[in-house]
Parts: sequence; C-alpha cells; structure tokens
Amino acid sequence: MRVLPPGLYAGQANKVIERSALVTRRHWVIVLSGLLEPVFYLLAIQVGFGVLVGTVIGPAGEPIPYEQFVAPALLGAAAMNGAIFETTYPIYFKLRFNKLYDAMLATPLGPYDVAIGEIGWATVRGSFYSLGFVAVMAAMGVLPSTWALLMVPVAALIAFAFASVGMALATYIQSPTQFDYISLVAIPLFLFSTTFYPLSVYPAELQWAVQLSPLYHGIELLRQCAHGVFDWAMFGHVAVLVGLAAVGVIATSRRIGAMLLR
Amino acid sequence: MTEGGVSQPLVSGKALVKRFGDFEAVRGIDIEVNQGEAFGFLGPNGAGKSSTMRMIACVSPRSDGDLRVLGMDPDIDGPRIRARIGVCPQQDNLDTELTVRENLQVYGRFFGLSRAQVREKAVELMEFAQLSDRANAEVESLSGGMKRRLTIARSLVNDPELLLLDEPTTGLDPQARHLLWDRLFRLKQRGVTLIITTHYMDEAEQLCDRLVVMDGGRIVAEGSPSALISRYSSREVLELRFAPGEQAGHEAKVEGLAERVEVLPDRLLLYTANGEAALEQVTARGVRPVSSLVRRSTLEDVFLRLTGRTLVD
Amino acid sequence: MSTVVQQRSTGRVLGLWRTAWLVVEAHWMWYRRHWHSNLFSSGLHPLLFLAAMGLGFGSQVRPSAATGGVDYLNFVAPSLLLLGVVFTAVSESSYPVLSGFKWQQHYIAMIATPMRPGCIVLGLVQWMSLRLLLAGAVYTVIATFFGAWLNAGAIFVMFVGVLTGLACATPVMALASVTYDEGNRFTLIMRLVVIPMTLFAGTFFPVDSIPLGVRWLTWISPLWHGTELARGVTLGGLDVLPFLGHLAYLLALLLTGGALATRGFARRLVN
Repeated sequence: MRVLPPGLYAGQANKVIERSALVTRRHWVIVLSGLLEPVFYLLAIQVGFGVLVGTVIGPAGEPIPYEQFVAPALLGAAAMNGAIFETTYPIYFKLRFNKLYDAMLATPLGPYDVAIGEIGWATVRGSFYSLGFVAVMAAMGVLPSTWALLMVPVAALIAFAFASVGMALATYIQSPTQFDYISLVAIPLFLFSTTFYPLSVYPAELQWAVQLSPLYHGIELLRQCAHGVFDWAMFGHVAVLVGLAAVGVIATSRRIGAMLLR
Repeated sequence: MTEGGVSQPLVSGKALVKRFGDFEAVRGIDIEVNQGEAFGFLGPNGAGKSSTMRMIACVSPRSDGDLRVLGMDPDIDGPRIRARIGVCPQQDNLDTELTVRENLQVYGRFFGLSRAQVREKAVELMEFAQLSDRANAEVESLSGGMKRRLTIARSLVNDPELLLLDEPTTGLDPQARHLLWDRLFRLKQRGVTLIITTHYMDEAEQLCDRLVVMDGGRIVAEGSPSALISRYSSREVLELRFAPGEQAGHEAKVEGLAERVEVLPDRLLLYTANGEAALEQVTARGVRPVSSLVRRSTLEDVFLRLTGRTLVD
Repeated sequence: MSTVVQQRSTGRVLGLWRTAWLVVEAHWMWYRRHWHSNLFSSGLHPLLFLAAMGLGFGSQVRPSAATGGVDYLNFVAPSLLLLGVVFTAVSESSYPVLSGFKWQQHYIAMIATPMRPGCIVLGLVQWMSLRLLLAGAVYTVIATFFGAWLNAGAIFVMFVGVLTGLACATPVMALASVTYDEGNRFTLIMRLVVIPMTLFAGTFFPVDSIPLGVRWLTWISPLWHGTELARGVTLGGLDVLPFLGHLAYLLALLLTGGALATRGFARRLVN
C-alpha cells in the first residue's frame, strides 16, 4: 500500500480491528440482538405490508411478490443504518472523550490505519449482519434465486461506503445534538431510495433526485442480484458506492491527521 | 445563626455512622463546625470524607448517630437546609450547553430566587469568578480552571451560610489554585463558613482554621494545622538520600540523633527540632549521604504519619 | 469568632409544582438556543415517514377493509404521529436521563439545591409533554397540507400523542435511573421492544393479520392503545368503553412509570 503516504499509514489497520473485536466480545448480547432485526422486519412484511400490496414490478420488468421486492432493499437499508450507527456516535465518543485515537497515534499507527481499521471493523460487522439477514430470508422462503447469495458482498460494500462517510462526518461533530443532522440525511435516504416502492411512483421530475442517493444504487444492485438480473448498469451502481467509500476514507484520514497530529 | 445571643455550631455530628450494605464508610465520628470557621477534612481516598460531606449536604441519610445542620435535621428538613447551603462538588457538573450566565441564572432559580434576583446575582458572581468577559460563552468552551471557578461561583448563588467544597482545586494549575484560594479567603472574610475536603496539605494549611484527619472511616486527629504539626511531627525534618538499598545500613548509625527516624526505600527521614544540628552530627558519625535536605515539617508529614505510606487504591 | 455577621441565605423552598416548573424553565433555557438541532427529530422525522409511507407506499395500497375503507394516507397519518412521538419520548428518556446521573450529572447538581427527586421527575415529565405537544402540532399542521386528515379529530390526536409518549417515557426514565453501566440496555430496548412495537402495533397495517398466539404482545404495547384511540377519533368506529379502556391503560402506564422513576431518582440521588 505504498500509494498512501508513509508515516500516515503503517499497514497496521488490522490491529485497530483486533482491538474492536476484543471490545465487542464483551457485548455479544447486543451484537446477537441485531440479528433479530431482520426477523422482525421480514415478519412484518409477510403478515402486514405484503398483504396490503400484493405484487410490484420487479427488476426483470415482471410482477413479483412484494416481500421479494422489499426484502433486498431492507437488507441494503440495514447495512447503511448499521454502518452509520456504528461509526458516528461511538467514533465521536472515542475521538472527543476517550482520547482513544490520541493514544493510537502515539504508537507507530498513523491516521490511515485508524481510519481503515475503524471503517473496516464497521464493514466486518455489517457483513456479519448481512449474512444473518440473508439466512433469515432463506429460512422464511423469500429468497427469489440462488444468485441472491451475491447480496452479501454487495451489502458489505454498502456498509463500507456508508461507514467511511459516517466516520468522516463524526469527526466534525462537536456536541451530541448535532447527530440530528446526520439522521437528517440518513432517514430520507432510508425512506426515499426506492426502499418500499418502485422508482416509477415518483413523478418524472423527482426521479433524478432519488437516483442521487447512493443507497438507491445499492438497493438496485441488491434487487438485481436477488433476482439474478444482470446488466451493464450494475457497473455504474458499484462505481457510485466505491467512489463514496474512497471519499470517506480519504476525508476521515485527513481529518484525524489534522485533528490529532499537530 | 444566633439564637438568644448564644452562637450554636452550624454543623454538629455525634457518633455519626454511614453504612452502604455491609460496608461502613463512616464509623462513628463527632464533628462540630462553628460559624465563620474554615474546617477541613483530610484523608486518603476511601477515608470517608466524601460520605461525610454528602451527609452534611443532605443527600445521604445517616445510618446512625445524630446530625444537625443549621440547627435542623437533614432527614426531615433536607430541602430547607439545602436552600441555605452551597455545594461545590468534586466533579464539575455544569450544564456545558448553557452559557456562563445561563448556568448561574438557572441554578439561582432552583433556589427559589426571582428572575430579577438571579440576573443581578449572575453579574456579581461572574465578577467574583473573573468570568465577566465570558458571560455569553458556552461552558463547553471554558478551560478547566474557568469551569472550576464557575462551579464555585454557582455554589454561591443563594448567598449560602455554609459552603461545602469537595476537593476544590484538584487538577488545576498553580495560577488557578492561587486565584481560587484568594476567592475562598474572601468568602471566609465575609463570614461564610467553609467545609473543605482536600488531598493537598498546602491547601489545608492555607485555608483551614481547623481540620480533622480521617482514615478508615474514623477521625484520627483533630486540631489547627500548626497544633497538628507540633503534636504529630517535629519542627524540622532532615532528609538523607542514599543510593537505593544502602540507606538501611545507616539506620543504626543515626540512632539517637532525632525524635523519630523513618526508613524509606531511598531515604532516611530524621524528625528533629533542629535539622542543621542533626546534620552536623550525622556527618560527624561518618555517614555520607548522596544528598541531604533540611526542611520545616508540614501537614504532609502529619498526614503520612497518621494514615501510613501504603497506597489505598 | 468572626466579627462579620453572616446574613441569612436568600435560598428558599417552593412548592412541588413551582419547583418542578423550574426544571422546565432550565430545559427551555437550553431549547431556546438549540431548538433547530432538535426540530428534525421532533417534527420533521414523522413527516418524512408520512411522505414515504403514506404517499409513496400508500400509492401501492388499494383502500380496503384492511384500511377501514379509507386511503392509506388517512389510515397511517394518526399512527405515524404516535410513532414519531414514541421514538422521541423513548430516546429522550434513555441516554439523556442516564447522562443526568452519570456523565453530565445535571441531577446531581439539582439535588444540591432545594429540589427534591419527585420535583425533578415531575419537571422532566412536564417538559417532555411540551416537547411532544410541539412535535405533534408541527406534524399535524403540515400533514394537513398532505390531505392527511379527514376531520378535526386531528387536534385530539396531538393529545393522544402526548399521553402515549409519556406512557412510554416514564418507564424508560425509571429504567435509566437504575442503570449504572454505559446504557447498552437501551440499544436492546430499541431493538427488542420499540422496533417490534412500531411494526406490530397497528401503525402500518391492522393487527387482525397477526396470529392470535402473539397478538397479546400487541395488546400490551402502549403504541397500540394510542393508535386505537387516535384512529378511533379520526376515522371513527370506536365505542365509549374501549375508548376509556385505552385511555386508562395509557394513564396507568404513565403513572406507574412515574412512580417507579421517582423511586429510582430518589434512591440514586439521596443514598
């Protein structure tokens, strides 16, 4: 990784992940409780939302059961929400109160190690939950095809992209009330990225705005994977998420460097 | 606080006990604090100082014994007593999202003061704490010393008759400490009764007219700083420093030269009325320390003698 | 001893309600300058849900017996108000209350004044009521422009919102007052109680489709009682007895939670 400036990256991001894993072992109940979330959501869809709606037009242009339409989107939304939740408040706390990163930067670790390590950890957690989510989908019989297993790496990418942006934002936060500004972005993304209903519901002049949402691209990817519908547009969706991730990692490292290394 | 012309103590505790489950934090102490006095609690961590302070502040019911604050029983008249005392806690608990002025005003309102009263009082207290130019700054942005001054100023918002200060200067730099001592001294001159806990012996010597040393939930000594020094220590101390491990061999050689000799890992301490004279005799006996120091005895010597040198936590 | 005669302190003890109101005043002092950062979570948040679920998702739903024969937008407008209010109530009663004991220690500062634990709890409840009422009012007014209300019963829904919010808030306050660790249990409460409650208490779809074996979980949830009240008033079809029953349940929860919180505050602050 000599692309990154020496002194800022020591190739030790895995040590940061190790630390997080160590801390998490003591909170395993909380970690496991997160696996119940998809169960609740999918159950609600089966007994409620799906009953109200019936069928929706799927990625292949044919009607599909509502639960098959919404489940991949909820997986994407959960990956995003989990990543943001994991990187904003805890990171803010470590940065402002714990002085954890001051301690880390007093060792050979550089700001890129801290950034990649923390973002990496959020991604690991996100992947774990995504795996759980897909397993629950399989158990409840809402997996449309075997291709749906591809949703796990896609969800991991979504988690990575939003974790990196979330952490970058966390470095700007001065007081806990400002977390409201983050939900001010996260909740509309969650609600309006074609999570619960297709893009065609929006008037034509609003559809481009929905397509600005990175989560929209994540959800498109997930739906296509779930139903085994592949096309060139997928490269575009991936590019959006990779770009977001890169911006987040670079911004985070710069901010941590600027805040702590002077 | 005078009734029928006879001054009664502001705080009086008899056989005061505080238990938390099986643990006895305070084991039957007698205390009396008079009007206008500055009274100190000294003692290592876990000695029972804070528990005693909390009982006096009426936020910790006593488990046994008797306690009167301003002539009232905290168990019955807690709010009425609290209305007339001021408390400066060990850890600043200011509202960091409010400004300096707002902190003082809000707190004053809790004491039942009118809006006009708190407005006026806030200005006066900001002056007192030298924070007038930060009146509209959020507390978050203040330095540690400023926050501490504000906490003390806030505890004065109700013109308390009794002020409780729990480790008022812990963690402050020397400038900030001296400024705070100056402010506390002014309060004392105004007739405010002070009760202070502290780890700093210089602080106790500076501020307290009278103090008690607590250890293990009991009072082990009581008196004015100078009385305690003359009772539990000598006038001067001669410190002889040796290479680590060598000091023990010299202990026998200095025998009889001081009232008391203490052996530390790298030093011998000779408690004596005349340190220079003792040093001459030490040299005459052929003892050659790496370095030597003659100093006056302090409360710290008293404290360490009474509570031991072992770490408590 | 001293030549100066110390004058009597200016502090005095006020009655329960006046003292409690000072807690409201203190929060107002904060809110005055920080309202903008809170506006979103209080008022805007449920409106976004109304737009996404009421209009967007609702466009996929045909009015049927399941929605009481009305448009989905009208069906979810009252329940989404309650959803938003319950979220605000629970989150404002968890970490912020714990912080008052543990991190910011506001309550430790308060108890050093003539304030009593019961006054603090009462003040917090009063402040919470005002916050929830404001959030409900913002939502109600703006939702009117969406065409979300069928009648003026909407005004009553705001007050059902306050009651439902408080019924959820006071038990969480009580829990916060006996929490000594970092408050991880609040995450569990959110995940295992609040989220399932928002999904299965009739907010988005009628509870008739929930299997009878687990429907009792719906029946004990305050959100369901609030939703029944709110829908009953805006959409009709609620008899007097059930109406009083739901009201009584929410009140009982509020008072029990309040009593437990008062005990928790008293034990934690004066011990």
